[in-house]
Amino acid sequence: MQVPDDLHYTRDHEWARVEGDIATVGITDYAQAQLGDIVYVELPQVGDQVSARAPFGTVEAVKAVSDIISPLSGEIVEVNDDLASAPEKIKASPYGDGWMVKIKLTDAGEAGSLLKAADYEGLIAE
Amino acid sequence: MAPRKTPLYDRHVSHGGNLVEFAGFHMPVQYKGIIEEHRAVRENVGVFDVSHMGEFTVSGGGALEYLNAVTTNDVSALEPYQVQYSAILNDDGGVIDDLVLYRRAADYLLVVNAANTARDFEWLTGKLVSGVELENISDTIGQLAVQGPKAEELMGPIVRDDISGLRYYHSMESEVAGAPCLISRTGYTGEDGFEIYVDASRASDVWDALFAGDPEPLPCGLGARDTLRLEMAFRLHGSDMDETTTPLEAGLGWIVKMDKGDFIGRDVLEKQKVEGLTRKLVGLRAEGRRFPRRGFTVLAGGEEAGTVTSGGFSPSLGCGIALAYVARPYARKSSDFSIDVRGEKIEADFVKGPFYTEASHK
Repeated sequence: MQVPDDLHYTRDHEWARVEGDIATVGITDYAQAQLGDIVYVELPQVGDQVSARAPFGTVEAVKAVSDIISPLSGEIVEVNDDLASAPEKIKASPYGDGWMVKIKLTDAGEAGSLLKAADYEGLIAE
Repeated sequence: MAPRKTPLYDRHVSHGGNLVEFAGFHMPVQYKGIIEEHRAVRENVGVFDVSHMGEFTVSGGGALEYLNAVTTNDVSALEPYQVQYSAILNDDGGVIDDLVLYRRAADYLLVVNAANTARDFEWLTGKLVSGVELENISDTIGQLAVQGPKAEELMGPIVRDDISGLRYYHSMESEVAGAPCLISRTGYTGEDGFEIYVDASRASDVWDALFAGDPEPLPCGLGARDTLRLEMAFRLHGSDMDETTTPLEAGLGWIVKMDKGDFIGRDVLEKQKVEGLTRKLVGLRAEGRRFPRRGFTVLAGGEEAGTVTSGGFSPSLGCGIALAYVARPYARKSSDFSIDVRGEKIEADFVKGPFYTEASHK
């Protein structure tokens, strides 16, 4: 199970890569493995406001639908449109081509409240 | 009560199966992934453990008459070792179970849904007459399904007798890996393929023989079993029909032989034929990748018209598909269907027959 060191994580199995005041967000390798084959992803639009710990979209797998919970607060500045036609990128590359949205953070310091890789690894090992 | 293990449990574990509880058994929902397993069956060959299904034998001089009284299809039409799809109805014409019925040399073999084994056996026992013996042999039988266009290529060298001439919905007694087996050219996927019945103690020998074969099959779980059958519009008892629905409403009139004589539920079906049905199970194909799920509302021309009974994503077609009960006036191609998918109305088209039309079954 991949858990890259340089990312932040949430208890709901999202990850965030924070660069300045922009965070790239997706779901973790653990999350996609739990979901199984993902068929459709519903994402917010550029310009939408998102809040930490609130859902901003859904992942539709063959087995079930799951909410995507925003790790951080801010404005959506970019959405990965490839996922509309190729949601399997999430399984193939959950931290790379499977990225979902980029958020311009309201408060760059908010990332400090997220889990570090080691903590997230401990969480999924339970 | 803890879930039971089928004779192939150890193989599920060693192949990396993601196990869930299903009908009281530990069963693999998937190994590598539902879509990958689905594609393997459509393009090559996949192997399913279906040992959880129930099996009964019916024998004795009164067996034929008894079976014709408790099922909808005409058992007297069966040649030796021929197989038929059928249904057991209650007194209201509701479907207690659908099943596959084999005529063998000295008895009949009934294969029923795992979830209904106890209920079916209780019902059938209650209808027994003298001259008929009924036995529940479910716990002694392992069952595997080998499905896909390459199924015959895989099975040929490992079955003692020649299977190339085995016709669709016919069966034969033979051996695999030295174990006596009943083999039928049947399945729940629409592809060419076989179902193998073997003593539970030898089930893993048959599995090992298949997985040492060529082409190498993919192990497939319940998830792919469901996506494959739904693409064929094959009904699933408990979802698409149950004791509150008749086979006519469920679109299974073709396995009901009204002219064979009396059978349990016949009078209710006769009445439905005279008065007309109030609802029908239809196939719907949604556009786009958002797919309908069981329980979603079906609309016709914006009016509420029915409910989805089975819904899912079709890996072969890349879109959503569903079976749904729809009020009779709307059950036609010209209805302007849409399905409420979590608040969004997705357009859908009426589909008669299978959604996937390129299946390889013989």
